[in-house]
Amino acid sequence: MDFFLEVLIGGLLAGIMYSMVAIGFVLIYKASGVFNFAQGSMVLFAALTFVSLVERGFAFWSAFATTLGAMLALAWAIERGVLRPLVNRPPITLFMATLGVSFIIEGLAQLLWGAQVHGLELGIKDEPIDLGGILLSRFDLFAAGIAALLVLALSLLFSRTRIGLSLRSVASDPLAALATGIRVQRIWAVVWAVAGFVGLIAGLLWGARLGVQFSLSLVVLKALPVLIIGGFSSIGGAIVGGLIVGAGEKLAEVYAGPVIGDGLENWFPYVLALLFLLVRPAGLFGQRTIERV
Amino acid sequence: MLLSETGQFSTCYAHDRRAFRLRQERVGLGLVLAFAFLVVPAWASDYWFSAILIPFLILSLAGLGLNLLTGYAGQLSLGSAAFMAVGAFAAYNFQLRIEGLPFLVSLALGGLVAALAGVVFGLPSLRIKGFYLIVSTLAAQFLVQWGLTKFGWFSNFNPSGVITAPPLTILGQDLSSPAGRYLLTLLVVTALFFLAGRIVRSDLGRNWMAVRDMDSAAAVIGIPVARSKLLAFAVSSFYCGVAGSLWAFTYLGTVEPHGFDLNRSFQVLFIIIIGGMGSILGNFLGAAFIVLLPLLLSNLGGSLLAGVIDQGHIENLQKILFGLLIILFLIREPDGLASLWRSLRARARVWPLRA
Amino acid sequence: MTTSRFSPRRLTAAFSLGLALVSGSATAAGEQYFPLQSYRVGPYAAGGTGFFGGFIDYMQLVNARDGGVNGVKLTWSECETEYVVEKGVECYERLKKGLNGAPAAATNPLSVGIAYATLERSTADRIPLITINHGRTDSTDGSVFPYVFPLQLNPYSEVSAIVNYIGQREGGLDKLKGKKIVTLYHGSPYGKETIPILDILSKKYGFAISHIEVPHPGTEQQSQWLNIRRIKPDWVILRGWGVMNPVALKTAAKTGFPADHVIGNIWSNSEDDAAPAGDAAKGFISITTHPAGTDFPVLKDIEKVVVKAGKGNLQDPKRFGSVYYNLGVVNGILNVEALRIAQAKFGKRPLSGEEVRWGFEHLKLDAKRLQDLGATGLVQTLTLSCSDHEGGGAVRFQQWDGASWKVISDWVQADRGLLRPIIEKSAAAYAKEKGITPRNCAKES
Repeated sequence: MDFFLEVLIGGLLAGIMYSMVAIGFVLIYKASGVFNFAQGSMVLFAALTFVSLVERGFAFWSAFATTLGAMLALAWAIERGVLRPLVNRPPITLFMATLGVSFIIEGLAQLLWGAQVHGLELGIKDEPIDLGGILLSRFDLFAAGIAALLVLALSLLFSRTRIGLSLRSVASDPLAALATGIRVQRIWAVVWAVAGFVGLIAGLLWGARLGVQFSLSLVVLKALPVLIIGGFSSIGGAIVGGLIVGAGEKLAEVYAGPVIGDGLENWFPYVLALLFLLVRPAGLFGQRTIERV
Repeated sequence: MLLSETGQFSTCYAHDRRAFRLRQERVGLGLVLAFAFLVVPAWASDYWFSAILIPFLILSLAGLGLNLLTGYAGQLSLGSAAFMAVGAFAAYNFQLRIEGLPFLVSLALGGLVAALAGVVFGLPSLRIKGFYLIVSTLAAQFLVQWGLTKFGWFSNFNPSGVITAPPLTILGQDLSSPAGRYLLTLLVVTALFFLAGRIVRSDLGRNWMAVRDMDSAAAVIGIPVARSKLLAFAVSSFYCGVAGSLWAFTYLGTVEPHGFDLNRSFQVLFIIIIGGMGSILGNFLGAAFIVLLPLLLSNLGGSLLAGVIDQGHIENLQKILFGLLIILFLIREPDGLASLWRSLRARARVWPLRA
Repeated sequence: MTTSRFSPRRLTAAFSLGLALVSGSATAAGEQYFPLQSYRVGPYAAGGTGFFGGFIDYMQLVNARDGGVNGVKLTWSECETEYVVEKGVECYERLKKGLNGAPAAATNPLSVGIAYATLERSTADRIPLITINHGRTDSTDGSVFPYVFPLQLNPYSEVSAIVNYIGQREGGLDKLKGKKIVTLYHGSPYGKETIPILDILSKKYGFAISHIEVPHPGTEQQSQWLNIRRIKPDWVILRGWGVMNPVALKTAAKTGFPADHVIGNIWSNSEDDAAPAGDAAKGFISITTHPAGTDFPVLKDIEKVVVKAGKGNLQDPKRFGSVYYNLGVVNGILNVEALRIAQAKFGKRPLSGEEVRWGFEHLKLDAKRLQDLGATGLVQTLTLSCSDHEGGGAVRFQQWDGASWKVISDWVQADRGLLRPIIEKSAAAYAKEKGITPRNCAKES
């Protein structure tokens, strides 16, 4: 039983890490309907920039601020150079464009900072905490705390500020929002910037877990099923989806692995997501579309 | 003048429905085929066969497979590589386990197994629509790769999980030289392209397009939506499966499951976006772009910038340039290279009367 | 209908300009050419830049200090593979013809996938394919694979040497009885390759073995390490690749498994595998055939002649003397020595791939020669032959102290006698499948 709990809690905490990447997707999808595959590269770019600055003698906060500045510039460039010219194109075109963006960001990150692998310490000693025989990871708990703060901040941003209000109106109907005088393009830039910020946070946490290296951009693959379960347009969904995927894949690996063969963590979340979708075709929290003929 | 229609009259309905209605087009196609089958094998070098022509043909075929599904039937897929893998490993096992099975037969059988897999992973499309559908094909992508690595039987218990090409002989002809492999690939690809050209003009093809444009509306006017979708997955996966077998046997000669990873699926997707969705010719154009551009960039970078900039920087610059070009294409040419061709053709028809 | 804003004429013009630039550059006859299928971008760039940096710097050293090999200058050009198989094949086809008349000596792709894909091509084109420390295990049997050389260490030897080392640490191979060992392996053909060998060794020595797979890329290993914690093994053998390694060490710390009982294999042994894990990596042990460090005379020479002259290939000078860099230097030494031996037979001129192959097959590095090369302790003694294309099979062990690797053992030899029959059987099966008649090595000279 202890072991079961350990696996379960470990899985839930790992799931929150997936959610951190998924939230970036959700923000952009909500506001501009773009399935942004470049989110993983943004995570990589942010972490690599941050760690390279720290290695060049920047203090934590000034490195953080500089990186944030770079992410904002990146967001602005994407909005100007990619989204604006592609407005009103089919979603798959936009998706492909973000693949192109991810090539550019990855090339740029390595051009600027080189290909070597960096270590990143956030000053949290990752010794296990023993809680009645159950081992808990100090770092994962810390990451979960950060995620909670982030979600809180985002929901405040959306529900309590003027920008949040215009953001919600753009999300629900871009044309109507445009008609009421909201500058949709500025909102897009803001959302991409916020997604860049989320990418930075995710990059720092994931970077501390994996080391800062090219493979950081691969965490996207873990975030996709999370998104699909939670629905593309709900931040709460991203969190719940992350918890389901994290716990599900760990339990499956430990208990089903010995039966059908181990190493199933790569595909299990997708099959799980598929099962969820068969019941709810727009994800748990996604908006159900109504079709007219 | 070049594409003048003067004097070409349809005398029966069959003529009117031809894929290539103009005599000039038919002659042109014949010339291209004659060039590809007769001139190229005599002229091209090993490098052209092994590094450019064969992958170009195979990727065109894979692109065609995905285009049938995504461009014609409107079902998004990120699992093309999985179906390629199924085709390759199935063909390998047919060849291995059935003594004396002709190569082309195992190629077709491999395609059929891939088609079956396609139907299985296409089933969710009956309920799930749009972007959410990628989860099904992504599940295929990861599940297939895992299964092929996990169960040694698929690779005949090769310790490295690698399958290697059987001897390429057809009717006693040894085709293992680069030119032979090229001709074999060309033969299969040409035949399948003609078949696809027929399919998209048949009832089935029309049903696909109706489903693509709006499946609820298609259902209302009595089009069998479920059957059309599943057939789209089946046919598309058949094409991908054959492309996978060719990839393993006539191009690389050896392949491991990892060779058919998500990046390959993206590559195929790039081909149809750049080439043009819902176009047959576009697959060739897209594949040519995908195969030639990186080569051109790396050759250019190697000779122009060598010594000026560090080698690693050159590679990163190329990567950035590739990304930029893709975005530029999406912005400037939304319907892909095929529409470039279409507008050229439209101009040629009235030239020189109007420029 | 949308009309295009690309002018077709402009496109063709750009294209033909591009093709024109591709052809034509300076001549270099009388030199020996090394085609380099390098990778400097993508997920494995850290390994590629180090390895090819070391290889190129060693060739620069030979050119600058000795004026080439017996007066034959070395030349090379790079082609980016990104560790992708098709790009590797394209590069192979592009470069195999040599450079402006300088014939290609050997290819060194440093990638299992590319090696597999170019194996038959290399044999047909008669260019040796060097897969140092990796590659197809049964290509050790040169009678079936005349052109393939898994120099120094094939995967089977690697795990055998690790088990021998664990035996040493436990106080003798007989003490292995009743011990528990877990292998944590990358979920790829490379990772799975050694499972049967470990099973044989476990039967032979009576230790319990569990194989646990980490799916690619290995960014998440919680459940695997919880399983390990449940098994409570004495040792964990880490057969990882790329990002999987630091994550394994981090997760080991997270689940309370001591790093000094984790032994990394040949692809888990670089600074890039340990350093990103920070404190969690302290004490981590790994094997190596090429210790890190700059204390070897040959590295001192490179520093003096190449790096100080501002010609060093590394973008980041801090990586001089790192594991991948030194592997590149070792690879350079082996290639150049093979060339030298072949020149002794065929004459002091640029050699064809076929002639260089003879050199590899007769490669012999004894302690004396290593001393002369300034590579004692960096390279193991090697003797290759027609039937044995591996030649070495020895490794040293090193431990990560939080900032760098410290060598903690002498050369530990693999039990090659035990592995040989398995290799021969596998090679024979390959020969049968492909219709190859193995050479009779007794008759080869």
